[in-house]
Amino acid sequence: MNYIVCVKQVPATTEVKINRENNTIVREGIDSIINPFDTYAVEESIRLRERFGGNITALSMGIPSVESMLRDTVALGVDEAILLSDRAFAGSDSLATSYALSMAIKKIGLYDLIICGKQASDGDTAQVGPELAEKLGIPHTTYVRKIEDISDGYIRCQRMTDDGYETIEMKLPALITVVKEINEPRLPSLKGLMRSKKYQVKILGADDIGADKSRCGLNGSPTQVIKTYVPVHENASEILRGTSEEQVNTLVEKLSDMQFLKCK
Amino acid sequence: MPEIFVNQNKCTGCGICVKSCPFGSIEIVDKKAFIKDSCTFCGACIKSCKVNAIESRESNSSIRQDVSQYKGVWVYAEEKNGKILNVTYELLGSGRSLADSLGTDLTCVMIGSGVTDIAENAFHYGADRVVLCDDPQLSGYNDESYSDILVQMINAYNPEILLIGATTYGRSLAPRVASRLNTGLTADCTGLCIDPEKKILLQTRPAFGGNLMATIICPHNRPQMASVRPRVMKVPEPDYSRSGEIIKADVNIPLDLKTKVRNITDNVCEYVNLTEADVIVSGGRGMGDPKNFALLAELASLLGGTVGASRAAVDAGWAQYSCQVGQTGKTVNPKVYFACGISGAIQHLVGMSSADTIIAINKNPDAPIFKIATYGLVGDVLEILPLLIKEFRVRLA
Repeated sequence: MNYIVCVKQVPATTEVKINRENNTIVREGIDSIINPFDTYAVEESIRLRERFGGNITALSMGIPSVESMLRDTVALGVDEAILLSDRAFAGSDSLATSYALSMAIKKIGLYDLIICGKQASDGDTAQVGPELAEKLGIPHTTYVRKIEDISDGYIRCQRMTDDGYETIEMKLPALITVVKEINEPRLPSLKGLMRSKKYQVKILGADDIGADKSRCGLNGSPTQVIKTYVPVHENASEILRGTSEEQVNTLVEKLSDMQFLKCK
Repeated sequence: MPEIFVNQNKCTGCGICVKSCPFGSIEIVDKKAFIKDSCTFCGACIKSCKVNAIESRESNSSIRQDVSQYKGVWVYAEEKNGKILNVTYELLGSGRSLADSLGTDLTCVMIGSGVTDIAENAFHYGADRVVLCDDPQLSGYNDESYSDILVQMINAYNPEILLIGATTYGRSLAPRVASRLNTGLTADCTGLCIDPEKKILLQTRPAFGGNLMATIICPHNRPQMASVRPRVMKVPEPDYSRSGEIIKADVNIPLDLKTKVRNITDNVCEYVNLTEADVIVSGGRGMGDPKNFALLAELASLLGGTVGASRAAVDAGWAQYSCQVGQTGKTVNPKVYFACGISGAIQHLVGMSSADTIIAINKNPDAPIFKIATYGLVGDVLEILPLLIKEFRVRLA
C-alpha cells in the first residue's frame, strides 16, 4: 500500500488580526502552522501503514519555507516529503492547485490511497480534495470519520453526513478527506525528530512535474478575488442586569416578539 | 505566467499600495514600491495607486472559454427521502433574482429516483423549467454517478451560472463537477449578485474565519459555480399558481461504478440537523457535567430546536462530534443561538456568529462570547437555565 497525504501550510488562525485602519490582514509575527485538519490525515496514514504496511509520501504546495512543515510530518513518521514550489504556482485557486497536485502525483506514480484534511482552515473551501480526485480520474469520499477496512483492492469507510453517517466502498486507488473524529494525532517520536533533522525534502517546480504553465497559478485559475473588505458587525451587545431571575425575565420579555415563540 | 511590476519612473514611493495589499507583499525599498515573491497577483495595488505606476501583464491561459455560448441560471436540487431540501428553495429564490437581473430563465436540475413527482415544487419557488434525470438506479446520492450525470446535463444545455447548496453532498459534488469542466467554483457564498455592466456573477464569501469578506468572480469560464450554505438565503414566498416545463434529460446513466454506498445510518446524534435548525442550544465546558446537557435538551425541545456543543465539551466526551459547532465542527446559522457555559474562543465564534440572535450565559463577565452576543446573561448557567425553562414553559403554555 502506498499512501499520499496532501498537507497545506496556513496562518495560525487564532492570530489572524485585521488592521482596522486599512482593512488588511496583519501578517507580522504570525506563525504558520500545518492546517489543523491535515494533522488527522497524516495520523491516519501512519495508522494505516501500521495496519497494512506500505509507504507514505507527504505532498504540499507553497513557498520554499513550507519545507519546515513537511519536515515536521517526517518527524511524525511520514516516509517521504515533496514540496511543489515555483513562481508559476503563485495565485493558484483550488482548480489550479488540484491540477498541479495531480501532475505531481502522476509523477510519483504508484499510489493506492490519497488522504486530505476535510478543508483548509484559511480558505475553508473543501474543494481541492474532490477536484484532485477528478483530475486523477479516481473515486473520492469526503468527511470520512472511520476507515473500516482495506482489502482486495477496495476501501470501506464511513462518511459523516448532515444527519448521520453512511458506509461507502470504493475501488482503489481512491481519495478520502478526513474529519477530526477519525483519530487523535500523535506527537513526534525522538527517532522521527532525529530523522527529520537530516531529511532532505524534495522540491519540485512546474517543469519537474511536466505541468502546463498556462494551467498553473493565476493563469490556470478561473476565479479571481476582486475585492476584500472587513465585514461590519453591528455590535449591539446588551448585557442584562440584576439577579438571575431578573435577567431571565428581561430576556424572555425581549424575545417575546420573536416569530419562533409566537407560532408555538 | 502573469507579471506585476512597478514603473520606477512613475512611482512616488507614497506607500499607499503597501497598505492596499491584503497579503503584505509590497515594501518600499529606496523610496520605490517593491513587490515580493508572496504576491498572488490579486490586483488590489493596481487600483490603489494614485499615479498608475503599477501595471500587470497577463500571458495566455489555456483554460479560457468562449463564454457567450452559455445562457441561463441553474439551481441543483438536493432531495432526501422524496423531499426537496429547504436549501434548494433558498437557492431558487436567489437564482430567480439573478436570472431576472440577467434577463434569462431559471432552471432547477434534479437527479434521483422519483424526482419527477416532486419537480412541480420547483416552479412554486421560482423555477421556469426543470431538467431532470429520474431513474430507480439513482436512488440515494452517489458522488460518481451524480457528478457524471450533472456534467452531461451542463454540457447539453450550457448554463452560465450553477448554484449548489453547501451541504455535505453539495460540497462534494460541486468541486468534482467544477474540476471536470475546468471552471471556477466559489465555496460557501453569503452574497450573490450580477455586475450590472459586465453581466457576471459577483460572489461574496467570508475568508480567514469570517474576519475578511472577499468578492470573487469567474470571468472567462462557464458555468460560474457557487455553493451556498443552508439558511444563508431566504426561502421565497411560494406561488402555487406557477408552473413550467419539465424536461427529461437525455443522459447515459453510468453503471460500472467504483463507488458504492453500502449503508446509510441517520440520526446518530440524538438531536439533529444543526445546519437546518431554527433554534440551537449549545453547551460548553461551563456546563460542568455531561448530566447537565439534559437541561440544554429540555430547553431545545421546548423551543423546537436542537442541541449543539463546543469543542471543549466534545473533547471531554460530553457530546458527540456530530453536535460540535465551530471551525472543526459545523457552521450553523439559526435564528436563535444559546451559548451556555461557552467562553467563545474564535474557533467557536466562526461557526455560529452569523446567527440572527445570540444569547450568551456565562459566569465570567469578560468572556469573549459577550462581545458578539445580542443578549448576555452573567451568572451560573445551572441556575439560569432552569429558570429560563420554567419561564418559557409559562409563556408558551
